[in-house]
Amino acid sequence: MIVHIDSSRCQGHARCFALAPELFDIDDYGNSSVRNDGAVAPEFEARARLAVANCPEMAISLTE
Amino acid sequence: MTNPVTNWETDYDVLDPDYVADPFPVWDDLRGSCPIASTTRWGGSWLPTTYADVSAIAHDIEHFSSRDVGVLPGNDDGVEFPPLAPISVDPPVHTWTRRLLLPWFSHKRVEGYEVFTRQLCNKLIDRFDGTGTADAAAGYAQQIPVRVIALVLGVPDDMSDTFTGWVRDILEFGHDPVRLAHGRDAMLAYLFGALEERRNSDGNDLISELLRTEVDGEPVPDELIIGMAALTMIAGIDTTWSGIGAALFHLATHEADRRRLVAEPELIPTAIEELLRAYSPVTMARIVASDYEFNGCPMKENDKVLLNFPAANRDPQAFDRADEVVIDREVNRHMAFGAGIHRCAGSNLARMEMQVAVEEWLKRIPEFHAAEGQTVTWAGGQVRGPRTLPVVFP
Repeated sequence: MIVHIDSSRCQGHARCFALAPELFDIDDYGNSSVRNDGAVAPEFEARARLAVANCPEMAISLTE
Repeated sequence: MTNPVTNWETDYDVLDPDYVADPFPVWDDLRGSCPIASTTRWGGSWLPTTYADVSAIAHDIEHFSSRDVGVLPGNDDGVEFPPLAPISVDPPVHTWTRRLLLPWFSHKRVEGYEVFTRQLCNKLIDRFDGTGTADAAAGYAQQIPVRVIALVLGVPDDMSDTFTGWVRDILEFGHDPVRLAHGRDAMLAYLFGALEERRNSDGNDLISELLRTEVDGEPVPDELIIGMAALTMIAGIDTTWSGIGAALFHLATHEADRRRLVAEPELIPTAIEELLRAYSPVTMARIVASDYEFNGCPMKENDKVLLNFPAANRDPQAFDRADEVVIDREVNRHMAFGAGIHRCAGSNLARMEMQVAVEEWLKRIPEFHAAEGQTVTWAGGQVRGPRTLPVVFP
């Protein structure tokens, strides 16, 4: 599983970082980015789905 | 008092006392019959009630300007409040002022305020623990954000009640020209004084640092520094206090949810998101930039549109069991902090304060409920939340 962020949509709600800090990082301006080029270890797949389901800007997507 | 409302589709009143206390049935009706209502009251406005419409307007900065975000009309007495940048400005000023403000409320900065907040909550609980009764709104929720904001602004803690009074004058009594002018003028005078005191200082508070900041080689204009400090105060106090109060209102009236959070405190962050969805405090406004037909509504240039985030977050098209609090809800794209380029700059701080306030309350007072026969009162308009919340505990 690979997780992606569309940075043109991200507005810094920080929901992904709160739900899956193993997968996302955040800067001082609230911009989120993926860690490890978006690679999701199997034990974090559920968290990746939670991040997708809680982004108010629909900025996160997955490829499996 | 205003005239009672007989038609919510064409004559709604955001300050109607029954609506302020319980707006949810009105929104549910409107979504079915007239999803964008209108009124001529309080200067006139449009009121979208669906998630799709509110989200679309929040993201459409071409047709909807932020130059007036007030739900109620301001005072027409000739006194100009500096722009509350970045909330009440459009790009390009929005872009650079927001960039200056955001690091103050970054995840890292907010972590640094957490110990202070936790100690503050416990000091407040010390005042009524063991007495069996408390006003969870006025005696607790209301006391927390103002002191955290004072810390950010580097101003004395003993000004807290004064700040709270000014912010209430501006937000809660914005329909009363005398109170609005009082709060506005007192806050401006105070902030201009604070700015002069800090000129050439080496302080590490928001105003001192903004005074030392240059953007493209130019200092930030005093007026914008005052606006940003005023915004921090106005947007950082009433809103989070309402969020904490509404969370405690829910737990004081829903025993099963309260017991579950006491037993599973690790669920509190998830619960806070659900309580933010179900009791979203904040409504913002936009101004129609030029004549524009939106979803069949003939909006005219300078019309006001209310970004009804609280109703959007109760839309059954967007949420399963939208009218219920599902305390462990996992899928939750709520817009309690707005959406688009004006997403609440203080959302990290608000979330931390709400979480800490609920955690510390439940640790110290796990058993409590709303006091029978005593009224919970709500403020509404721009910010909805409980103002008195009498509770009893063993």
